[in-house]
Amino acid sequence: MTNAAITGWGKALPPSVLSNEDLESFMDTSDEWITSRTGIKERRISHVETSDMATIAAHRALAAAGLEPHDVDLIIVATCSPDTLIPSAAAYVQAKLGAKNAGAVDLNAACSGFIYSLVFGANMIRGGTHKRVLVIGAEKLHYYMDFTDRTTSVLFGDGAGAVVLEPTDGDEGLLSSELGMDGDASESLCIPGYGTRGDRVADAPSEVGVRMDGPEVFRRAVTMMGGASVRVVEKAGIAFEAVDILIPHQANQRIIDATARKLKLPSERVFMNIGDYGNTSAATIPIALTEALEQGRIRPGANIVFAAFGGGLSWAAAVLRWGQRTEPLGTSDVDFPPADRTTLELLQPNFDFFGLEPQ
Amino acid sequence: MERAEIEAKFTQLLVSELGLDEAKINPEARFEEDLEVDSLGVVELLMALEDEFDVTIPDEEAENLATVRQAVELVVAKLAG
Repeated sequence: MTNAAITGWGKALPPSVLSNEDLESFMDTSDEWITSRTGIKERRISHVETSDMATIAAHRALAAAGLEPHDVDLIIVATCSPDTLIPSAAAYVQAKLGAKNAGAVDLNAACSGFIYSLVFGANMIRGGTHKRVLVIGAEKLHYYMDFTDRTTSVLFGDGAGAVVLEPTDGDEGLLSSELGMDGDASESLCIPGYGTRGDRVADAPSEVGVRMDGPEVFRRAVTMMGGASVRVVEKAGIAFEAVDILIPHQANQRIIDATARKLKLPSERVFMNIGDYGNTSAATIPIALTEALEQGRIRPGANIVFAAFGGGLSWAAAVLRWGQRTEPLGTSDVDFPPADRTTLELLQPNFDFFGLEPQ
Repeated sequence: MERAEIEAKFTQLLVSELGLDEAKINPEARFEEDLEVDSLGVVELLMALEDEFDVTIPDEEAENLATVRQAVELVVAKLAG
């Protein structure tokens, strides 16, 4: 049966950095507090829109696959921070790429969005309706950051990653997957007032910031990510020892450590870059996959486990067997425009809306 | 399982899962104040307890656990059924 394999990959990280030390300058927090609880040292703050980051990552992924934008027949953008609700971020990406032969749609499963989109895209190829699917995770989460809430605003960052899926008749490709949702627990991680439920006249600014019950989400994340990872490995019909690398959603180092323990994986077979970028929601996995390839940590034929957990509460996991090629076919010179403001200037709209700013 | 055995296993978990100093662990030690276990650490401990003793600890029972003794008592009660 025809399967779908990843043939291109790319990332787009905006140049402006917000470090824990920067946060200390205007919040009651500390590098030690953030690092010990999350593993995060710094995150990126974008001066361009979600679709711009997505487009840069897409150009790089297409170049790695040796394809042109007109070759793409479907674009799926996993995001919960689109430029606008209408049109979708995918519509802007389609236009900016010049992917004139592609359909395009956004998918929101919060932090699990990339794996959901990967599975949807792969099954469009398996079903025979599409040949070249661009799956992108892209987020500009700093838009939602309320720096008067020190428990959530330190966690998130901006960025994008993309992969190209193509048909294969070989052994590689998507081997198994699980998509899950615990909608009953949605209040434990949400942006309560952003949408038609909100009262756009009466709501306080905090209603459109991220609200999270940290310990509750932590517990469910460990249970669901760990459990789903074990189940997809079993479903793929491979031994646990045959898992070459876990590429997990980067939300919290301690969640990743606990997930790895459930799979009995040593740390050298777990990819972690949360220290550099924080939680970029749907973008963490394609960014991490790209960096794993750049660092030579994916060998030909590698069995990769992806696992994620996020708002919904959603979770997803998949096993994907890599093909033979671990080097990009080409590179793209598309890049970010220079940042025209400092990192703190980029955050000024947040300070104006939610409160708190550098002394 | 005897209480002494539960206490010993519990102490082992605090050392192996949370990296605590065994010398500081005593029945009256408070997780957050005396043992410097943060809120996520308490969650990690509960999950480790559930695995080790094959019990289920609902969130509403977990919320009231402040000391080593209280946690041991809860496990003893769970195992007694």
